[in-house]
Formats: sequence, structure tokens, C-alpha cells
Amino acid sequence: MKGIRTLFTAMLALSIATPGIAASKEEVIINGSTTVLPVMQKVTESFAAEHPNVDISLSGGGSGNGIKALTDGLCQIAMSSRDIKGNEVELAKSKGKEPVRTAVAIDALVPIVHPSNPVADLSAAQLRDIYKGIIKNWKEIGGSDSKIVIISRDTSSGTYETWEEVIMKKEKVTPAALLQASSGSVVQAVSKNKNAIGYIGFGYLDPSVKKLNMESVEANASTALSRQWPISRELYVFTDGEPKGAAKQLLDYLLDPQKGQKAVSEVGFVPLQAQ
Amino acid sequence: MSSAPFRERLIHWALAGSAATSLFALGGIMFFLFWEGLPLFADYNVIDFLFGSFWYPTAEPPEFGIFPLVAGSLAVTFLASLIAVPLGVLTAAYLTEIASARIRRICKPMIELLAALPSVVIGFFGMIIVAPFLQDYLGADTGLNLFNAGLMLAFMSVPTICSISEDALYAVPRSLREASLALGATRWETTLHVVLPAALSGIGTAVMLGMSRAIGETMVVLMVAGGAGMLPTSIFDPVRPMPASIAAEMAEAPFRGEHYHALFAIGIVLFLFTLAFNIIAHSVASKHKQVGSSGL
Repeated sequence: MKGIRTLFTAMLALSIATPGIAASKEEVIINGSTTVLPVMQKVTESFAAEHPNVDISLSGGGSGNGIKALTDGLCQIAMSSRDIKGNEVELAKSKGKEPVRTAVAIDALVPIVHPSNPVADLSAAQLRDIYKGIIKNWKEIGGSDSKIVIISRDTSSGTYETWEEVIMKKEKVTPAALLQASSGSVVQAVSKNKNAIGYIGFGYLDPSVKKLNMESVEANASTALSRQWPISRELYVFTDGEPKGAAKQLLDYLLDPQKGQKAVSEVGFVPLQAQ
Repeated sequence: MSSAPFRERLIHWALAGSAATSLFALGGIMFFLFWEGLPLFADYNVIDFLFGSFWYPTAEPPEFGIFPLVAGSLAVTFLASLIAVPLGVLTAAYLTEIASARIRRICKPMIELLAALPSVVIGFFGMIIVAPFLQDYLGADTGLNLFNAGLMLAFMSVPTICSISEDALYAVPRSLREASLALGATRWETTLHVVLPAALSGIGTAVMLGMSRAIGETMVVLMVAGGAGMLPTSIFDPVRPMPASIAAEMAEAPFRGEHYHALFAIGIVLFLFTLAFNIIAHSVASKHKQVGSSGL
């Protein structure tokens, strides 16, 4: 599914022609995580309307690709659903770049099951045992007598990394887990399988699947913000040095509680608290 | 005005140049593949890579055992051939030996149109229609599995197998058929014992090309094979063929990291598999080449 997404992630080049006036246009190129992409898409659309002198081109391709593009000087802003890695910083420094991190939103992960599943609440330890392959049957955790079909994200995704860190505590997900290449296909797979369990970002929740509570905490924006909800992570953008010029204007716009952060919640992520 | 010989030479070189372009492209891609893939083996054992049974590229320390992925690819390809080979060859036999010219004119383009279906569409079909069917009616734990992927890949290789087999059958000289019929063989016996064996080399090529299409196909296996990196024990187990792993992970793998090199190394393995299929296809075709009507 990522393949499709990447293919379809059209270059969004918004330009408004002003005939007769030779206005100097500033160009901002943004690349990176497909998780952050929907936020950026929404934000750049309204930003471009307010700032006709800025040319924005936006494309997705994954956190790793975005950071690589920043390192190679192919973009000014790299979107990432994970923090930058040590060897990526080294590579960037060797090319004279200095990646600076800015948090832009909170993505909270939520475990999901088929709507017909009677199980409604699991603890982190139970989720871990399911994903380790120790709990194999729904009846062991109060469900019907059927085998649990474990659905996970591919091991390179930022979503998987968050899950591995917070839920798995660095233990390995069983090789029997079905790895899906995007959150959309996790929803698709869970909604089509009565015995499936999966996990996705808040932004991908829809009525075709049922979200699980964790030890009576319900997954929603306020529990994610207060960090009561245990599985959450920050989404970032990276720039070379502190953001400057049009890139700074765009990031300020993105962090503005009345503007960019509204788009963040519209897309389904959780806005950063107290701007 | 330029002389005719000069024009001839110009055209000669222009054509040679365009022929060389694809050679250079192949050479360049191969070089790049090995250049990016081989560094993995500087600090990761080849045996552990090929026969290790766990693929945890982002764990600490990472494990790059591709045995389950290779097994997944081979299982899917084998299952697809099991379905596609009889279907493709028998369809070709029907079209050349039995069908009237009119039916043939209608059917052949239809089958070739199947090859033109984008693989993502076939993948969607597998995900939305076939997967729930396998769960609800055949009791599979998950419909995204080896069987589903094999079935979808079979759809994709049937046109290749059918089209090339049909050409091979069509090329069998009329005199062979006539001789067989004259000796009192029925039409069925002629087809089975005379025409099919005479076209065997062409059919062999068709099968090999069909299989190399199936093993390299990415989108379909990414969408419907399930993606579990374990050795399949039944045809309803989910698998993770090699191309699916590369496609799913490449975008997020840190550039020039171990994981990145490992994905290219998988690319090398995949390339060697398709190369082997193509060499077999080529040698089958040339070794058993039909000469005149004495091909049998």
C-alpha cells in the first residue's frame, strides 16, 4: 500500500501567477513521512492561499527518505514520524547539514479489533503477550474461542517503532504477525477479519473497526494530551539549522493553535498542548 | 545533400545506439544493485543471511535471515504455477486445436487484456473479494495468505503462459498433425501425443517466463500475501515474499544503513532467481529447438 501511496503522492505545487509583476518567489520543498503528509497537505493549502509569494512542493516517501533528502539538500523541510537516528545525524554532518527537530503534533496509537469482538479492554501486558505470540486465543482474554490473528505494521515504519518501544518493551513481535505496509491497510485487514487485532494512529480510526480501551482509559484527544493514554508519540519536522525565511513562516503557521494546529486535529492527530 | 551511404551509416549507428541503451541500463542497474547490496556482507555472514530464519531488520542487534522470505517467494510462485500452467497451456491448446477462427479472434485479445490489468487492481480484488471469501467459507484464519497470493499471481501469469504456448503450438507444422490423423489417431490423441510434445520447448519457455513474472511481482504479494515472515506450514498461512519486504521497508530504511544494504541484498537474490528462470527458459528453447518438421 505504501507503493500506491508514494505513487499517488502527487507533487503539490501551488503557485499563483501574478501577471505583469515580477515578484520574487521563495520555494519550499517538503519531503518525508507519509504519516505527517496529510497534516502538511492541509496546512500548506491554506498557507499558500495566505502567502502567494511562496512556492511549496510537497511529497511523501517515508521518514528515512525525507531525512535523506534534507541531508542531500533536496528539501528544506523533512517530515518524520520518528526521531533522527545517530548515523543519519553523522551523515548529515558530513555533508555540512545540521538537522534541527521541531515537534508538530502528537500521534497516539490505538489497538483495534473487529466491531463484533466482545473484548473491549486490554492491559499493556496483555497486548504484549498477544504480540509476542504467548496469548494465542481470544478466550484467554475474555473473548470467543478462536485463534487471534495478529496484524502489525512492517518493522521499518515509525508506527511499529512506537509500538515496539511502548508496548513490546523492545521484545520481538512474533514472526506469525501479518505485517501491513500502511495504517490504511491495517484498518482494512482488521475490518475484514473477525479474529484480528491491529494498531493504528488515531487519525485512521473509522467505524469499520472497534478501538480498545487500555485499563479503563479510553483513547481520545484529551487522554492523549494528558499522557494518560499510554501509547503516544510526537511527530516531527527537521530543518537544516533553525528554520529561516519561508520555511520558518510555514512552521510558525503550522504551530499556530488557531491555524496549523486546527488542521492537525482535523486530520485526526492530536494538536500540541498550550502554544 | 548527404550521400546515401552516409545516411545508411547514420541510421546504422542510431539503431545500434538505441539497442545499446537498454544494455547500458541493465548493466547500470546490475552494478548499482551489487554496489548497494554487497556491503551488507562486510559484517553479516552470507550463510546467516540466506538461511537465518528471522527477519528483524530494526531490532538490536538486527537479524537479516531471509530464509522465510525466500520460502515465501518460492511457495507463492510454485502455487501460482500449479494453477497457471495447466490453465494457460490448456487454454492455448483449445485456442489452436479446437476453437474456430472466430472464437480465437475474440478470445485471444481478451486473454491478453488480462495481462494489461494493473497489478494493483488484481491486488484489490484479492483483498476485498477473495480474502473475506477464504475466511468465511474455507475457514482460513486470515484471507491474506499464501493461497490468495498464489491465486492472484496465477491470474497474472496465465496470459504470459497462454500467449507464448499458443505461439508455440501454432508453429507446429500442419504436416505433423496430418500424419498423426492419417495414422488413425483421434484429434485428442494427436493434440496430447503429437502437438503438445512437438511444442514442448516453447511451452517450457512460456512456463519459465510466467514463473519469473510471478516471483518478481510486488504489488499483489504486498497486498494479499499477509506479510508474516515465517515458514508456511499450510497453504492458508500468511507469507512474506521477497519483493513485498523490499517494497514495504525501503522507504523507511535509513540511507546506506545495514537495513538498506540488506534490502538490496534481497534484490540481488531476487535478481538471481529471475535470471535463473530466464536462463532455463532460454536453454530449454535453444536445446529443444524445433528444426523444420523433424522437431519430434
